[in-house]
Amino acid sequence: MITVHIQYFAILREQRGVARETLSTPATTTAALYDELRTRHGFSLPRDRVRAAVDESFVAWDTPLRDGQNVVFIPPVAGG
Amino acid sequence: MFRISTEPLDPAALQRSLADAHAGACVTFEGWVRDHNDGRPVLALDYEAYAPLAEKEGARILAEAREKFAIVGAVCIHRVGSLRIGDLAVWVGVSAAHRGAAFDACRFVIDETKARVPVWKKEHYADGDTAWINCATRGDHAAAVKS
Repeated sequence: MITVHIQYFAILREQRGVARETLSTPATTTAALYDELRTRHGFSLPRDRVRAAVDESFVAWDTPLRDGQNVVFIPPVAGG
Repeated sequence: MFRISTEPLDPAALQRSLADAHAGACVTFEGWVRDHNDGRPVLALDYEAYAPLAEKEGARILAEAREKFAIVGAVCIHRVGSLRIGDLAVWVGVSAAHRGAAFDACRFVIDETKARVPVWKKEHYADGDTAWINCATRGDHAAAVKS
């Protein structure tokens, strides 16, 4: 198990009910972590509509997660 | 310079920041909050950003614009918070020696910003409904699918 810090924005923040949390997870990739959270909290967005960011950079879904990292899942953007 | 701003934008000051003796052209774009989207009356918008990554990705877009086009300066500022109809949501300004590069780069910066920068928009409709734009999934209101 590793401990990660997660920050939620927009629709994911509303569906999770909090803006940030720290949790222990058996997930070893950002993909596994999103799938775990989606199952637990009923996120409406499938993973192929979301991007992952670790420590303030976009990463691929198969990027290994390490203890203490900051993870953000990015719903479809809509600036402008 | 690419910034996320919690304060109202000042277009005149932003434009002055682009002043340069090498520039013969300045093209600016303003994105305003409009009162409708996909046929639904809109009362207000909430914008939210993951600011550290938004500013990083935005800086990357401005660097790409400098590589692609012969420009002198480029600035993009995006507002976050609760905005009302007519408010300025995003401002882009590009200066260049000649107008062609300034127009092309300005268009590039706003298009890439809308496509890539982690900013989200929640619309509040006249009927009391709300929607996060581009985040609809099957079964949601169809209006939320359109950007």
